[in-house]
Amino acid sequence: MDVSVKSVPLSVDMPAQAGSTAKLEEKISIRNLEFFYGESRALKKIDLPLYAKKVTAFIGPSGCGKSTLLRVLNRMYDLYPGQRATGEVVLDGENLLAPGLDINLLRARVGMVFQKPTPFPMSIYENIAFGIRLYEDLPKAEIDNRVESALRRAALWEEVKDKLNAGGQALSGGQQQRLCIARTVAVRPEVILFDEPCSALDPISTAKIEELIDELKQDYTIVIVTHNMQQAARVSDFTTFMYLGEVVEFGPTATIFTAPTDKRTQDYITGRFG
Amino acid sequence: MSALPNPAIYRSRFRRNRIAVTLGYASAVFGVGWIAIILAILVYKGIGGLSLDVFTQMTPPPGSAGGLLNAIAGSAIMTVLAVLIGTPVGVLAGTYLSEFGKHDRIAAIVRFVNDILLSAPSVVVGLFVYEIMVAPMGHFSGYAGAVALAVIVIPVVVRTTEDMLNLVPDTMREAAASIGLPRSHMIIHIAYRAARAGIVTGILLAIARVSGETAPLLFTALNNQFWSMNMNAPMPSLPVVIFQFALSPYAEWQKLAWTGALIITVTVLGLSILARTLTHRR
Amino acid sequence: MANEHTVKSFEEELKRLTNLIARMGGMVETQIATAIQSVVKRDADLAATVVQADVRVDELEREIDDQVLRVMALRQPVASDLRLVLGALRIGADLERAADYAKNVAKRAGVLAQVPPLRPVHSIPRMGAMVREMLKDVLDAFAAGDVVKAVSVWNRDEELDEMYASLFRELLTYMMEDPRNISGSTHLLFIAKNIERIGDHTTNIAETIHFLVKGVPLRDIRPKGDVSSFAIVGSERGDGTGSAA
Repeated sequence: MDVSVKSVPLSVDMPAQAGSTAKLEEKISIRNLEFFYGESRALKKIDLPLYAKKVTAFIGPSGCGKSTLLRVLNRMYDLYPGQRATGEVVLDGENLLAPGLDINLLRARVGMVFQKPTPFPMSIYENIAFGIRLYEDLPKAEIDNRVESALRRAALWEEVKDKLNAGGQALSGGQQQRLCIARTVAVRPEVILFDEPCSALDPISTAKIEELIDELKQDYTIVIVTHNMQQAARVSDFTTFMYLGEVVEFGPTATIFTAPTDKRTQDYITGRFG
Repeated sequence: MSALPNPAIYRSRFRRNRIAVTLGYASAVFGVGWIAIILAILVYKGIGGLSLDVFTQMTPPPGSAGGLLNAIAGSAIMTVLAVLIGTPVGVLAGTYLSEFGKHDRIAAIVRFVNDILLSAPSVVVGLFVYEIMVAPMGHFSGYAGAVALAVIVIPVVVRTTEDMLNLVPDTMREAAASIGLPRSHMIIHIAYRAARAGIVTGILLAIARVSGETAPLLFTALNNQFWSMNMNAPMPSLPVVIFQFALSPYAEWQKLAWTGALIITVTVLGLSILARTLTHRR
Repeated sequence: MANEHTVKSFEEELKRLTNLIARMGGMVETQIATAIQSVVKRDADLAATVVQADVRVDELEREIDDQVLRVMALRQPVASDLRLVLGALRIGADLERAADYAKNVAKRAGVLAQVPPLRPVHSIPRMGAMVREMLKDVLDAFAAGDVVKAVSVWNRDEELDEMYASLFRELLTYMMEDPRNISGSTHLLFIAKNIERIGDHTTNIAETIHFLVKGVPLRDIRPKGDVSSFAIVGSERGDGTGSAA
């Protein structure tokens, strides 16, 4: 299928997609990143830009390293012994992998929403106020405001405003996930990482989360790992296809889903893998 | 529905199933039966002696009437002290095992030793405390009794705390970390909160366990016929009183022993049920 | 495609689509061939069969539309699959238009059979053979996903346009020579124009194939040999060699 046409000069430059490519700003630059679980190398020489106020999706088959890559971005792997990363992950000029970096401050800047909703075992209000109080000493009224605005941001306020003291675990799965998004947003991060945020949710809840991601990208740089390729197509501006610990292809989502360059990308997204 | 492929095979399987189920039921009835008999005899023998006097009078000299007040009080004091000593140590050790030492060699050793301690005969514990406290001090004491009970409480609390913290999903820890929560905050505000019911259950079970212990108290607190709140002197306790009275030839004492046994059993039962409901509410 | 779909029924639905295109393509080839023959043989009956058969081509196009709709709704195709499905839709439309032109040729063949034969009619089978060859090749290119072949068809359109332009000039001189030739010449001119248009649709198909295989459009300016639109009777450039756009 790969033929070279000599008779006619073929135009192969990428169509300009994903909005105006002119004012793209790299929020995070991943350079020559490698990741190891003990001795085994899970990520190989990753070079990738993550653009500010854009949604970048990581797709690929299970075990391709997409979640691993996501967890490097807030150094979540630090919780576990034997895991290490080499190379550079530069956030606004600062290398996140540098020794001596305050990891808790980093995580306040790079928030994360998980596959399963993980409300803390406390009230809805406390779930959000907890994170705010961690870094800011505010009067009660101010915290109330911040809780409300975070819940509004996560499109949950109307549903919970009358039961802020109820337990977070009493909410439905979709509401719990939005509570987790509100909790993340309340800390005022710059980047939000989503690790398969809808895999435990029904289609309506999924749609709400997707709508939310679309709104959040006005203020945040968003990275989402998803198994659902249609979801990646729907919510992201850029898509990264990963396979066996490598970035196979990165580009505007519209290009990846209409005319990917690499055969492996093509096979994966059209369902011809393996 | 299609016909069964081979009726003979099906029938033999059916028979074997019946035999296995019958054996299972029989064993269950056999086991539960003994407990029922014990409870029945306890109630039968003990309920007669149950009166207000039991809770207001001191243990009597042979041949006269009395109660168990000093023994109940002594038991309560020593148990409370044992829990006050054992719970912090146990919870902290369990926290270390679950939150910090998951992959450490030391943790593996601690866990192993704790398991041995968990199943150590209580008489050995009594002997040990006798050796380190009673012998140097030169006399039996309530302190020694409480320490002996604490040594029994600790491994139970360590075990349940570790297990309950292990049940808190890692994603909860990651979620806490993801908003920049330091680990200590995470453990205190998130993990303990999530595991609270389980940890409390463990403590209740430990209380239930020690409130019936006799052997370690025989070597440490010994006994006391009279009202004594002096922790530095021999102290009465329900199990030891039961032990002593039950073996005596006096009918009044024997009757009090049965009543005491009933009180302990009901208390332990009550604690177990409380622990049950706590775990189920989660 | 080198790899098959994990979901076999999806693979089968895509195959059904390509088979429909192949069938429709074959039908259109026959329509063109028959129409040209009816012109050459001055056979009004043969021409009538072409007109009748056009309904079947239209039906096939509708079937392709339905299948495209079905795959889009049920499978949400992406990348090469999406391009194939969209390509099939466009190729179906181009084939339908080509068949319409064949029908027009046949209609005029019926009229042409009633006027005296004109000498330039010999150009028609040459143009017809050329366009049939192009259509056949482009359908082969579609079946094989052969971009090189598709591009070669695309290039050949220039030649077809040149043939049309020279026929146009020839017919102009005929009409100037003797006004009685005007009626027949006009019909012949329209027939040639129809064939030339079929060539354009064939080129469209070639472009579609390029897009569905490569994922990028064939964007260069299409070769244009037809300069007749710049020809002016009686002007000093009346030879029809005006400059191309």
